[in-house]
Amino acid sequence: MQANVQTFPPFREGGSHPGHGEDHAHHEHPEPGFWEKYIFSTDHKVIGIQYGLMSLSFMLFGFFLMLLMRWQIAHPGVPVPVFGPLLEKILGQPAAHGAISPDLYNSFGAMHGTIMVFLGVVPLAFAAFGNYVTPLMIGAPDMAFPKLNMASFHVFFLGGVVMLVSFFIPGGAAQAGWTSYSPLASTIPTHGQAFWLVGMVFLITSSLLGAVNFIATIIQLRAPGMTWMRMPFFVWAQFVTAFILLLAFPPLEAAGVLQLMDNVAHTSFFLPTGLAVGGQLANISGGGSPLLWQHLFWFLGHPEVYVLILPAMGIVAEVISNNTRKPIWGYKSLVYSALFVGFLSFIVWAHHMYLTGMGQKIATFFQTTTMIISVPSVIILTCLLLSLWGGSIRLNTPMLFALGFLPMFGIGGLTGLPLGLAATDLYLHDTYYIIAHFHYVVAPGTIFALFAGVYFWFPKITGRKMSEFWGRVHFWCSFTFMNIVFMPMFAQGIKGMLRRMSDGGVNYSAARVPGAIDALPGTVMQLNGVVLWAAVCLGIAQIPFIINLFWSISHGTKVDNNPWQATTLDWQTPTPPPHGNFDVEPQVVRGPYEYSAPGHATDFTPQSEPAPKPTTAH
Amino acid sequence: MEIPYTVQNRPDTGVYNAKIGIWLFLASEMMLFGGLFSAYVLLRVGADEGMWPHGWLNVKLGAINTLLLALSAITTLLAWAACKVREFGKFKFFHACTILLAVTFLGIKSYEYRDKLLHYEVQLTNGKVADGHFVEESKDFDLAKKTGTVTLHGHTVDDRKELMDLRAPAAQAAKLEEMTIAAADIKKMENYGPRHSTFTAIYFTLTGLHALHILGGTLVIFYFWGPGSKMWKTDPERFTNRIEVSGLFWHFVDLVWIFLFPVLYLT
Repeated sequence: MQANVQTFPPFREGGSHPGHGEDHAHHEHPEPGFWEKYIFSTDHKVIGIQYGLMSLSFMLFGFFLMLLMRWQIAHPGVPVPVFGPLLEKILGQPAAHGAISPDLYNSFGAMHGTIMVFLGVVPLAFAAFGNYVTPLMIGAPDMAFPKLNMASFHVFFLGGVVMLVSFFIPGGAAQAGWTSYSPLASTIPTHGQAFWLVGMVFLITSSLLGAVNFIATIIQLRAPGMTWMRMPFFVWAQFVTAFILLLAFPPLEAAGVLQLMDNVAHTSFFLPTGLAVGGQLANISGGGSPLLWQHLFWFLGHPEVYVLILPAMGIVAEVISNNTRKPIWGYKSLVYSALFVGFLSFIVWAHHMYLTGMGQKIATFFQTTTMIISVPSVIILTCLLLSLWGGSIRLNTPMLFALGFLPMFGIGGLTGLPLGLAATDLYLHDTYYIIAHFHYVVAPGTIFALFAGVYFWFPKITGRKMSEFWGRVHFWCSFTFMNIVFMPMFAQGIKGMLRRMSDGGVNYSAARVPGAIDALPGTVMQLNGVVLWAAVCLGIAQIPFIINLFWSISHGTKVDNNPWQATTLDWQTPTPPPHGNFDVEPQVVRGPYEYSAPGHATDFTPQSEPAPKPTTAH
Repeated sequence: MEIPYTVQNRPDTGVYNAKIGIWLFLASEMMLFGGLFSAYVLLRVGADEGMWPHGWLNVKLGAINTLLLALSAITTLLAWAACKVREFGKFKFFHACTILLAVTFLGIKSYEYRDKLLHYEVQLTNGKVADGHFVEESKDFDLAKKTGTVTLHGHTVDDRKELMDLRAPAAQAAKLEEMTIAAADIKKMENYGPRHSTFTAIYFTLTGLHALHILGGTLVIFYFWGPGSKMWKTDPERFTNRIEVSGLFWHFVDLVWIFLFPVLYLT
């Protein structure tokens, strides 16, 4: 059958984009219909865009939850301005008088983490970019299993729906933190935890199917000549990420099943003998192990960090190489480091558990592996940094975000070292220091890289560029406010402010112990106000991005197939790529970053450009 | 462009797409059951001295089920081999056997579950423990109101610990008989369902998840045996691949049982 060339940007009439109703009526040609094209599509590009729009929406939602929490932290018990009455209307008693009750704060906290990690960043970094870009980059017509790909998205969608529905059940959403530690998760009187677990099983299933698909695609569908060491680093990053998802997620699925049994069938997998709830001995058989949950959770939880960061590094490598107009520095070091990180990420998990009393000897082992895993991470960052040396740098929006990623991820990574050592972690554990640390890795780190990716691949998806001016506004405002949000948290944490306090530490700071230093000095409390308003400004700074994203679909500057003059295969397709991607199967003859090759007419040599014949070589 | 290597092997990797897909999927399954078996180990070594049960499961039924699955592994292999040599009739016969064996396995499993769910441990107000299978209850039997009686087929022991090792000579020698207990004498009555103890919890979870895998595998094989076998006429090679891939899954599920049987039944 003849491939159907899409003339519109695929998500112009997309399902999750408001206003698709009226566009629908204009559809005249019989095949493929609206449902096949945008909802039940098996095209990796449409699925990538579905994932992208959905995860961006979830990130916005997760951010909004955080804003409400920041208000509660800065002004405990004071009704939320503007949104307070709405909250009370929707959620009822937990948001009485428009103020956020401690229970509601807990569920917002748990859901903020869950949504940002499992419904926001991972689907955007891995599923959205991975789906759209990976097959293009390796010269494949689609993913290896297109129907499975569609199923992954639909299961993901279901998982998201289950998570959202849990806000509206009696008792509200899960409240035991995104880590859902037992026995807390089994004793809070709400079914939100069961919803959370069912939702997680859906999300994990979706990730597994996706991971199988990605690995099979990268192994099987590379175009002729696309050898392993000719793959762009982005593809390598996705490859390693897929393996981490494939092997680290199932133990969490196992843990989820066990906790679901605890919550629904009243077993005692994670509930110890003698557990008292509300001052009474719980009616359980006991004999379970709370530590077991933590082991199973963090067996996923830590590799998950590299699921969040590796695709981001892949995007940054592409953007940096393209905009410095020179090959990425140390390509092989990057690849081997990524592989090493992937492998080692499976044996560092218990550095999250130094305070559980699991034993000094075990802690020593995990301290060692944790220190070792920082080496390849530093190699990757160093390679990206050194790539800038001697380049003729184009400072466009994607490049700004990629450059922003480097120091932000650097701060996030280096502040992690004291947390990897048991002695210092005993003090810093569960304080705002750790909140600042991992947000530096993920928020100004990964999310900046994802923004870079959105600005970078937008012209391929739509055939138009996003506004450069508003892109810069978006970058500089985000960069500034992001730092004002997270930098003070280091100070707060070092001063001893604990996380998960719904009053932002008011009660704690009022405590006076004779002969001891005051629990929390007033300056630490004042920083809560600073962070709140910086977060509000950070939210406002995203408005130009949202408008730019949708406005540029129809009004951006039109560009040709390869506006960034890039070398990789994704830019050698028609724009937007038709179903089946390539008009003719590409033949790869060189590595991915042949920029500024001496003797070549242009400063970039696409991977698929035929090599000059040896006889005519000069 | 069409997706390549859906049927033929890619020369440099030596496999077709679905085969690599199923092996990756099985790797993740390995981690899933690996996580659960690790949980089993941790819970068992963490159990109180003398409180991990032995001999609670019917070894004969377990052994029969093991045999059934081992046979089904052979018929699955023969079904695939029949496809390879293009003998469709033999394929139909062997996979019919596979499906029958799988359904019998599930039947026996359900019987075992039923047996556990009808088995009650009753803590009496006098400190003794009555243990046995449910026979009948009087019409006005109500634990909360303490009215009526319940009849169990079993025996009474002084201490719960005596119920832990049913392989011990004392437990083997116990005489089982019908006994009628008044609700007023009952402190707590609970069947051997998942919430009874850590052992029944992990038993139901592990075998339940395994049974779901058996059910899923049977449905897939049934589809290829029935409506899906139309493909034989149009694309026998692709069909053979499907039988191979579903067979790989089936062998994995069998293998899980090969571990479950000794871990749960024999130790």
